[in-house]
Amino acid sequence: MSPKTLFEKVWDAHQVRPETADTPAVLYIDLHLIHEVTSPQAFTEIRERGLKVRRPDRTLATMDHSTPTTPRNAQGIIPVIDPQAINQLDQLRTNCAEFGIPLFELGSENQGIVHVIGPEQGATQPGMTIVCGDSHTSTHGAFGALAFGIGTSEVGHVLATQCLLQRKAKTCAVRVDGRLGPGVTAKDIILAIIAKYGVGGGTGYVFEYMGEAIRALSMEERMTICNMSIEGGARAGMVAPDETTFQYVAGRHFAPKGADFEAAVARWRTLPSDEGATFDHEMTLDADELVPMITYGTNPGMGMPITGTVPTLDEMGDASSRAALDKALAYMALEPGKPLLGHPIDMVFIGSCTNGRLSDLREAAGLLKGRKVAEGVRVMVVPGSQQVRQQAQAEGLDEIFKAAGAEWREAGCSACLAMNDDRVPAGKYAVSTSNRNFVGRQGPGSRSLLASPLTAAAAAVTGVVTDPRTMM
Amino acid sequence: MDPINTFAGKVVAIPAENIDTDQIIPARFLKVTTKEGLGDGLFETWRYNADGTPNPDFVLNRPESAGATVLVAGKNFGSGSSREHAPWALQAYGFQAVISPSFADIFKSNSLKIGLLPIVVDEDTYYQLVSLCEEDPQTTLTVDLAAQTVTLPGGQQVGFPIDGFSKHCLLNGVDQLGFIQQQEADIAAFEATNPVASLRG
Ligand code: SF4
Repeated sequence: MSPKTLFEKVWDAHQVRPETADTPAVLYIDLHLIHEVTSPQAFTEIRERGLKVRRPDRTLATMDHSTPTTPRNAQGIIPVIDPQAINQLDQLRTNCAEFGIPLFELGSENQGIVHVIGPEQGATQPGMTIVCGDSHTSTHGAFGALAFGIGTSEVGHVLATQCLLQRKAKTCAVRVDGRLGPGVTAKDIILAIIAKYGVGGGTGYVFEYMGEAIRALSMEERMTICNMSIEGGARAGMVAPDETTFQYVAGRHFAPKGADFEAAVARWRTLPSDEGATFDHEMTLDADELVPMITYGTNPGMGMPITGTVPTLDEMGDASSRAALDKALAYMALEPGKPLLGHPIDMVFIGSCTNGRLSDLREAAGLLKGRKVAEGVRVMVVPGSQQVRQQAQAEGLDEIFKAAGAEWREAGCSACLAMNDDRVPAGKYAVSTSNRNFVGRQGPGSRSLLASPLTAAAAAVTGVVTDPRTMM
Repeated sequence: MDPINTFAGKVVAIPAENIDTDQIIPARFLKVTTKEGLGDGLFETWRYNADGTPNPDFVLNRPESAGATVLVAGKNFGSGSSREHAPWALQAYGFQAVISPSFADIFKSNSLKIGLLPIVVDEDTYYQLVSLCEEDPQTTLTVDLAAQTVTLPGGQQVGFPIDGFSKHCLLNGVDQLGFIQQQEADIAAFEATNPVASLRG
């Protein structure tokens, strides 16, 4: 048999019907994650057709996007005020109850951002196919799963049939060799890859991240990288499972137990790309050379080393890139050729499915410990899930954040997409650990500077863009 | 879905690259549980000033753009989120096709599902279309899906690629969910030989 890549192994194992020249493959989906925003119209569709959810036992729902992250009331309930959000959450409740889908209710001990709870509950496992009506489903690829975002029509397809029609993607090896220096993180790796290859560079490909620097990462760091595969244009990103993966999965709620776990690990060990397997494309990054990254523009590809200068129009290859940069800098009110270090900021957002996990909060807290948030800067710390929140509190991280003058919030997507009142005010600058700096993404007129939790924490203390390595 | 094949439509151009789904429809419009009203949120930040009044400079707000059904936009159109609300909003506004040098994967797949035609053209054709729109805001194109061609005002024809299955579905109004349901025997057989532990434990 010819050598296969990780992607090809997972793909081949899930073909109910292989693709032909005339028809796409029918691909079986092991795990379908749903949330309140992209599922209601899909449930309406299957209800109108008189269909059932084929595998409610392989479907898992949570509430995250439009939910508030404000403090609980005296009854311990997180109050939802927005009538539209109330309606969306009610519909999810009704839909899950009607079709027998397990739901993590707002504020319950397992609720959180959909891409944080899947792995945390052990629902995300190597070799699976995982989909969700959300582009950052790519996060779950960190486990060696094939995981990608789908639209609402497709959510309906999976609800009804547990299958999707798919054309096989091309493969791209993303090799990151070398070792990260102190203060340089997984977030900086992925921001650097996207800055180097562009936001469309991965279109049509599934990334497989490999190399010494990737192997050295924890599962949470691998998730940060796979999460932003979509920002590089790739629908999915994967990391071959290894001991780090198995140790992470072991003992989690939905993970196989005992002999079943041993059998699963034996199966998972066969997943990594075979020696000699070929990829359609390759990208590389040298971790030795990497410094903390930050974005200056209005897409995640407009990023640079924090020690660098904002590019000038002359540095752009063609007229349309010049126009794009010009427009982006006008929106950001930043000057070409100038450094970002020392630029004043108004807000810091630490959270999201990119960097809202325990290790992210630990890093930020480590830097904030014994320090104070700069005068006039608002710092929101939003754990990715209720479990992350509990664990952080058990370690006293909440106290560190509060003592520094940061807000310690309930779990959810929050200011990452500003569907609730958590937002960056118009014209204000936020150093954000989330994944998108699009125009208006964090609120109308918001100016986002994407960076790692360490870089965000450093800016929180100084009130200006700061190289975190100078504060460690 | 209604079948689509040949249609003629007025073109408008938004010549920017990487137009992301947050520009097409900002997240705060995603609080709906139906598909109603999404056309109002289309390109909201560009269409309206901060005070809610229409921005007269934005192309869709110019009187000569009224009734446009074909959008021409720069490469990597629809990058970002998987929200199907983006193609829904474009369709609700009245667009039947988007022409660009390239599309983000999920946007393209979502559009094909609902009959909003993503038409990929080379960079030269893209720039030609942008200039045509600048010279004459009444520029009209004819799209022929069966022939996979776009016909420009002078009669020049440009071909475009489309996945054969998607084309078949669009031309015949084939329902993709129905197609998957026809594979029931194979799906059941797959499940019988590939058990995955239930999330209910
Ligand atoms: S945290 Fe942000 S990117 Fe992640 S799922 Fe929520 S809205 Fe999407």
